[in-house]
Amino acid sequence: MRRTYLGEFEEIVLLMVAVLDGEAYGVTISQEIEQSMGRLVAFGTVHNTLIRLEEKGFVRSELGGATAQRGGRRKRLFRITALGSRAIQDIQQVRAELWKQIPSHTLELGKL
Amino acid sequence: MKNPTVPPRWAQRLFTWLHPEETREEVGGDLDELYDYWYARSGRLQATLRYVLNVFSVLPPFVRRRRRTQQYSGSSNLSMTMISNYFKVARRNLAKNKMYSFINITGLATGMAVAMLIGLWLYDELSFNKSFQNHTRVARVMQTQNLGGMILTHHEVPAPMGKELRLSYGGYFRHIVSSTTEESHILSFKDTKFNKPGRFMEPGITEMLSLDMISGSRAGLSDPASVLLSESAALSLFGSADAVNQVLKIDNELAVKVTGVYRDLPHNTTFAKTAFIAPWELFITRVAYGSKNKDQWNNNFTEVFVQLADRAELTSVSYAIAPARLNKLTGTDRDTKARVFLHPMDQWHLYSNWEEGFNTGGRIQYVWLFGIVGAFVLMLACINFMNLSTARSEKRALEVGVRKAVGSLRGQLVGQFFSESFLVVFIAFVIAIGLAQLAIPYFNNMADKKMAILWGNPVFWALALAFCVFTGLLAGSYPAFYLSSFKAVNVLKGTFRAGRLAYIPRQVLVVVQFTVSVTLIIGTVMVFRQIHYTKDRPVGYDRTGLVMIDMPTLDINNHFEPFRNELLETGAIVDVTKTTTPLTEKRNNETGFSWRGKDMNRDRPFVTFGVTEEFGKTVGWKVKQGRDFSRQYSTDKLAVILNEEAVRFMGLENPVGETVKWGDQPLHVVGVVEGMVMESPYEPVQHAIYYIAPWPARVVTMRLRPGMSAPDALAKVEKVFRKYAPAVPFDYRFLDQEYDAKFRAEERIGKLAGSFTVLAVFISCLGLFGLASFVAAQRTREIGVRKVLGASVWSVWTLLSRDFALLVIVAMIIASPVAYYILTSWLQKYEYHTGLPWSVFVWTGVGALAITLLTVSFQSLKAALMNPVKSLRTD
Repeated sequence: MRRTYLGEFEEIVLLMVAVLDGEAYGVTISQEIEQSMGRLVAFGTVHNTLIRLEEKGFVRSELGGATAQRGGRRKRLFRITALGSRAIQDIQQVRAELWKQIPSHTLELGKL
Repeated sequence: MKNPTVPPRWAQRLFTWLHPEETREEVGGDLDELYDYWYARSGRLQATLRYVLNVFSVLPPFVRRRRRTQQYSGSSNLSMTMISNYFKVARRNLAKNKMYSFINITGLATGMAVAMLIGLWLYDELSFNKSFQNHTRVARVMQTQNLGGMILTHHEVPAPMGKELRLSYGGYFRHIVSSTTEESHILSFKDTKFNKPGRFMEPGITEMLSLDMISGSRAGLSDPASVLLSESAALSLFGSADAVNQVLKIDNELAVKVTGVYRDLPHNTTFAKTAFIAPWELFITRVAYGSKNKDQWNNNFTEVFVQLADRAELTSVSYAIAPARLNKLTGTDRDTKARVFLHPMDQWHLYSNWEEGFNTGGRIQYVWLFGIVGAFVLMLACINFMNLSTARSEKRALEVGVRKAVGSLRGQLVGQFFSESFLVVFIAFVIAIGLAQLAIPYFNNMADKKMAILWGNPVFWALALAFCVFTGLLAGSYPAFYLSSFKAVNVLKGTFRAGRLAYIPRQVLVVVQFTVSVTLIIGTVMVFRQIHYTKDRPVGYDRTGLVMIDMPTLDINNHFEPFRNELLETGAIVDVTKTTTPLTEKRNNETGFSWRGKDMNRDRPFVTFGVTEEFGKTVGWKVKQGRDFSRQYSTDKLAVILNEEAVRFMGLENPVGETVKWGDQPLHVVGVVEGMVMESPYEPVQHAIYYIAPWPARVVTMRLRPGMSAPDALAKVEKVFRKYAPAVPFDYRFLDQEYDAKFRAEERIGKLAGSFTVLAVFISCLGLFGLASFVAAQRTREIGVRKVLGASVWSVWTLLSRDFALLVIVAMIIASPVAYYILTSWLQKYEYHTGLPWSVFVWTGVGALAITLLTVSFQSLKAALMNPVKSLRTD
C-alpha cells in the first residue's frame, strides 16, 4: 500500500527531482518537464508542487548556489528523500504488476 | 553574452510586493533565470509574455506558502538550560529588589501560615468523633418535650429507655448502651484517690467504640463488679504496676475489679475525658439513685447510645422509635408529648443546638466563619502578591523589550515570569510551614486543641500543592501574558505607558483587601465588646473568695453542724453552706409546683436549689422583699425564697407570705431575692426556687475570709475537711474561675478572630507599603519638578497619600453595612447582648485610616523630603 496519495503531476515532479540528482530546482525542473514531456507548465504550479512534496516529506531542500545571472539570489535545491524514492518505487512496482496482468490480446486489440 | 535584457520592472515589483516573503529569494531568482532562457530561445516578446504569466502564477492566491519548519529547533521552552536560566534570572530579580521580595514573601507566607492553621483547625473540627470505626452507624437517643408551651430538646432520657428499646425495637440495633452522664467520681486504691470523670455503661460500648485494650479484655465489662480504666487513669492510680485484677473503690463504696485498661480515646472525641467505664448493672443495683430510678419513666437523667443494625437506616429508625417514651407515660405526664429520636454521632459536635425541636446548627457556624476568614486572609495575601508583581512588572517592560530584541519568544517570556512567581510562592510556602510549625503550640493553647501539621497526610500536601500552583498561576498570569505581549520597538523607544486602565484592577484589589480587614476589625471589636459587656453583668451575688468542693460521699452532709462550727473556729472563712447543685449550674429543673392563681397552660419548670440557712450569708445575695432564711425560725425548714423572675413568672403581687405547693407539700414564701446568674451568663435569669434541702446536699460552698491569703485559708480548711471526709480528695474550685470559664468559648473565638485580624491587617498594610513605595518611585521626577516649582513637603505628602486614603474610605463604606448585617445576626444569638453603636464603626474607620496613612507616609514623606536635584538627575 502506498502511504501517501501522489498526484500525477506530483509524481512527475518527484521523478524529475530524482532524475536531476542534486541539480533540481525550479528552473531545471521546469525546463526538464518542458523538454522531455513537451508540456508547458506555469512556474507557480511547479513551485507549489515542490512545496507540497516537501511538506509530505518526499523531498528535502536547502538554499545554495547564488549566481550573478540570478541577481545574486540563492536557489532552493531539492533532493529526493528515502520516503520519496520509496514512494516512486512503489508506484513503479504496482504499475509493473498491473502490466503483467494485462492479457496479451487486449494490448494487441488496442493496436488495431 | 552579458545580460542586457531585464524582465519588465513592474512585473518584478509586483512580484516583490505580493509574493510571500519566505520564498521570495529563490522564486525571484528562478524567474529571472527562466527569463534569460526564454529570451535566448524565443526572443524578447515571448520571454516577457511568459515572464508576466509566470509571475502571476506565483502570486496569491495561486501560490502556496512555505511553512516555517524547524526554524527554532533546539530552543524548546522546556529544555533544562532554559529552565535553569529562568530560575537564575528569577533569583537575581528577587535579590535585586530586596524590599519587594521581602514584602511579597512575608505577606504570602503569613497568609499561607494562617490558612494552614485554620485549615488544621477545620480538619480537627470536622474529624471530631470520626476516629471511631463505627462513627457513621452510632447515634444518641434524644428527646423533645413540650413544657409550658416551650419545646425542649435534650439527650437525657429515662433510665428504662435502653431496656425498652431492646425489648420493643431490638431489631433495628446492633448495640444499645445505657449510660450515666459523665460525672466526676472518686477512684481510690489504698491511699491514692482521685476525682476522675467517668460513666456507668452497658458492655456494648466497648464494641461500639472499638476500645483498644492494652490489657484485660473488652468482655471484662460484663462482670457487674468490674471497671475498665483509661490508660492515663490506670497510670495515675497504679503507676507502672499492672492494673488488671486490682480492686479499687468508686466513691468509697463500690468495690470493683479492674478487668481491662484501654488506650486513651483521642482528644477530639466525645469520650476523650472518660477516665473509667463501670458497668451500668452496678449503677442500677448498687447505687441508691440508680436503683430508685431504674424503672422511672418521668426522670430524665440517662444517656442512651445505639449502634444501628447493618441494614437499618437512621431516619426511619428514628421515626419508628419516636413514641418509645410517650407510650410508657400516664396521666398529665403525657402532656409533655415526649418524642424520642436519634442524633447521629457525626453531628454531635457540630450540630448541637436545638430550638423548638429543630436543629439550629452549633459549632458548624464557627467552622464556616473560620473557613471564610481563612479564605479571606489567603485572598489578601494573594492580592498583595498580584498587586506587587503587576506594579513592579511595569518597570520591567524595558527588560521585556531587550529580551524580545535579542530573539526571545513570547513563550519563553511567559515561562520566565511564571517561574519567578512560582519561585516566590515556593519560598513563601516553605516559610509558611515553618511559621505554622512554630505557631502551632500557641494556636493549640488558644484554641484548646491538640493539632499537629499533617506531615504524613497526602491530602494536606495535595491541597498545599494545589494552592501553590493556583497562586503562582494567578499572580504570575498578568506579567506573563500582558507584559510579554508588548512590541519590542514601542517599549525600547520609550513610547510605552501603562494606561490608566492598568491601575484600576489594582485599586479594586486594595479596596477588597481593606473591606475584608475593616470587617474583621469591627467583628473582633464586637466579639470582645460582647464578652466584656456580659462579664460586667450584675450576677446577683458576690463571687470573690467563694470556693466550691464537690462531695460525692455523705461524710460531710451527715456531720454538717460540727463541720461548720469547726471551720468557723479556724477563722479562715466567713461562712459555709451546702447545696444540692453547684452555684454555677442549674442541674435541677422541676415542674409540679402550684400556687394561687397559677395559669395551668404555662407550667415551665423551675430551677430548684436546695440550700442551708447560711446560703444567703455565704454567697451574699440581695434580699429584695421579706427576709433571708434564718435558724431562728424553726418553720424555715419548710420555707422557700423566690427570685424576682419567679415572682414575675408566677404573677404574685405580694409574694411574701404566699404558699407554694411542691407536689403535696405546702411551702411558704419568706423572701424574694434578686435573680442570680447561674448557668449561662448570656441567658436571662430563669425563675428559681431556693429551699432548705431535706435531702443530701453534696456541694460545699464557702467564702474565704477577705484579707487572708487564699493558700493560708485553704490550708486551714483542708485540715478540717480531712478530719471529716478523709476518703475524699480535697479538690476545690474557685467560683470566680468557674464563672470565667463560661466565657472561655467566646474568648477563644475572640482571641482567634483577633489574631487573624491582626495578621490580615498586617498583610494588607504590607501590600499598601509596597504599592506606596512603587508609586513614590514612579513619580520621583514629578515630585522633583513640583518641588523645584515650590511645592511644600505637606502638599507632596497629601498628593501621594490622598489616593490611598480614598481607597480605604471606599473600603469602609462597603465594609460597614456588611459588618453591621453579620454582627446583628450574631448578637441575636445571645439573649443578653450589647448593642452595636455607630461609634464602633467610626473608631474602626479612623483607626484603619490612621494605619493606612502611617503605612503610606513612610514612603510619601521619604519621597517628599528628597532633594529635587538628586531626583531630577536620576536619568
